[in-house]
Amino acid sequence: MSVVIKVEHISKSYIIRHQGQSGYIALRDVIADKVKDAFHKTRNLVTNKPVVKIAAKEEFWSLDDVSFEVNQSDRIGIIGRNGAGKSTLLKILSRITEPTLGRFSTKGRIASLLEVGTGFHPELTGRENIFLNGAVLGMHRAEIKKKFDEIVDFSEVEKFLDTPVKRYSSGMYVRLAFAVAAYLESEILVVDEVLAVGDLQFQKKCLGKMQDVSQSEGRTVLFVSHNMGTINQLCNKGILLKSGKITDMGTTAEIVRRYMKTGSVNGQIDRSSVSGTLVPYITFSEISINGLSSNEISVSPSAEIRVELKGICNQDMEYFRNGITILKDGIKLFSAHNNPEPQPIKKGKFHSEFFIPKYVLRPGDYSISIFGHDNGNNRKGTEWIYGNEVLTFTILEEWDTINDFHNEGIFNLPVIP
Amino acid sequence: MAEIVNEFDLVVEPGRSVKNYWNDLWRFRELFFFLAWRDILVRYKQTAIGLAWSVIRPFLTMIVLTIIFGRVAKLPSEGVPYPILVYAAMLPWQFFSTSFSDASNSLITNTNMLTKIYFPRLIIPASTVIVNVVDFLISFVILIGLMLWYHFVPPWQIVFLPLFLILAFLTSMGAGLYIAALNVKYRDFKYIVPFVVQFGMYISPVGFTSNNIPERLRLLYSLNPMVGVIDGFRWCIIGGESHIYLPGMLLSIGLIIGLLTFGIWYFRKIEKTFADII
Repeated sequence: MSVVIKVEHISKSYIIRHQGQSGYIALRDVIADKVKDAFHKTRNLVTNKPVVKIAAKEEFWSLDDVSFEVNQSDRIGIIGRNGAGKSTLLKILSRITEPTLGRFSTKGRIASLLEVGTGFHPELTGRENIFLNGAVLGMHRAEIKKKFDEIVDFSEVEKFLDTPVKRYSSGMYVRLAFAVAAYLESEILVVDEVLAVGDLQFQKKCLGKMQDVSQSEGRTVLFVSHNMGTINQLCNKGILLKSGKITDMGTTAEIVRRYMKTGSVNGQIDRSSVSGTLVPYITFSEISINGLSSNEISVSPSAEIRVELKGICNQDMEYFRNGITILKDGIKLFSAHNNPEPQPIKKGKFHSEFFIPKYVLRPGDYSISIFGHDNGNNRKGTEWIYGNEVLTFTILEEWDTINDFHNEGIFNLPVIP
Repeated sequence: MAEIVNEFDLVVEPGRSVKNYWNDLWRFRELFFFLAWRDILVRYKQTAIGLAWSVIRPFLTMIVLTIIFGRVAKLPSEGVPYPILVYAAMLPWQFFSTSFSDASNSLITNTNMLTKIYFPRLIIPASTVIVNVVDFLISFVILIGLMLWYHFVPPWQIVFLPLFLILAFLTSMGAGLYIAALNVKYRDFKYIVPFVVQFGMYISPVGFTSNNIPERLRLLYSLNPMVGVIDGFRWCIIGGESHIYLPGMLLSIGLIIGLLTFGIWYFRKIEKTFADII
């Protein structure tokens, strides 16, 4: 098998600025800072104080010495927590940004799909946008013309082809955008989390199309997603990234399992796996199942499951509620909240308990995501915090009569006599 | 091992992108046309406003300038109707000023594309300038109307007009590329552009001819590259007494080439970091 992508020691650093809150640099600020700096320096010299230079910039390595090879018709899932460097890696491979160090080589045409509908213009009609978006994705005019009917067919918007897309519903917009991308012809396809769009039915269709493209046409695909279910379905190999480094490579199932175990170590929740606007106020610290907090938790299906979540709250909040979500193979099964309604929470430690009745979960591997919300009226909108799949556990194979013949589905509802 | 490496048709490492750049620019020519096509479509989509705007704006400016410089200040008209004298200069000036400001802002308005798709970034400002060529052609229709109204027959030099249009194009590209790149880095440049454009109109020979400038200052005056372009336009459209001041013209052309080279060089230098800092 031939190597089509070869990544050698790629690193990417960004400069983080601490001064000022605005994201943009203005020339006037640069000049003002220089003047201020000079002033402080002279003042310190005059008053004989030590001259201290405050580090206003910090280097941050988003990717750190990443190397791997991709064979032809491999379908690689890139997995990692937020900030692990997945998107940076895709951006470098799509040539949107240059690596700071290292190099990569590719064979064949690369098409990247980091977003659906890049270049779409609201004033233009669906027809016009198909051509425009096709060109943006690197298709030739003749190519788009040839596939035009298929694209329209896939998008299910043929009735509105000559309507400006600003009048489209968001579902139609996304369908059209994805349809164009789905007919991209290239040897290598780089895809960021774009399948999580549209309604469930269309998502399924997109996923099916992606599978077609990657499996039957033998194309090489690099795919980023937070949805382990999609990764499992689509990819044959996985790369696990953590803080800019590759921690693991291997078969998808293996890597997905490793990934789910990175959320916590012996019940101590890894802070880097939690994200959201509430992060400064809420810290989730420990999670345990039936008092167990090891990396390998097994529970009998005939036992009630009690999930305990501990954390620290740094500020009084009016309308707080937290909860857990149970997932199997990346598919969310259900959630449970600690309270039926949001409640005030005081500064300090908190702990919540969640119960899953016995016999609900069937034997197999599960994971738990944790979350918290605050929709207080002293803030705009809902603030949130989310820890994706921070803990895994296994329901043991010891379920006899109820489990086997007569039940269908992923889990059972408890029988209320 | 060495043979395998040679098989790859693309190798990216820091600082190496230079090699494929001009090739890529050619490969992405279709995107360039599509972007220009998009901007033209969008501009004239709200047809009434879009089309009327490229007619009304130069027309009203022409009237105001004619009244101020022709009637109030009573500057010499060199034997042609003052409106034609003014309009012949308005065309390149309008073209330059809108292309320049559009190109300067083009990267910011297309942020989305810069951070999601790879293509030679030069395409974006270039395609915005192309859109203004269309605007220029529409405004040109007014000039024809004025000529008919005043029974004015243009001289033979008019065949050289496209050359000076190209010159105006290069000027706005040079200045536009430079400011567009700076604009990504320092956001407050967007406040400087309108000022330059407004100020430039008064120091360029738009409302009057360069013949009003004392002979000894002509060369100094030509340091403004638009002086050469506008004089060229007047020479093509009016002819007659509107001679070209050759040293000034050569100086302007030299400056335009310099500006363009510098603009491209600076743009290329910053380009690699656009996606990171925008």
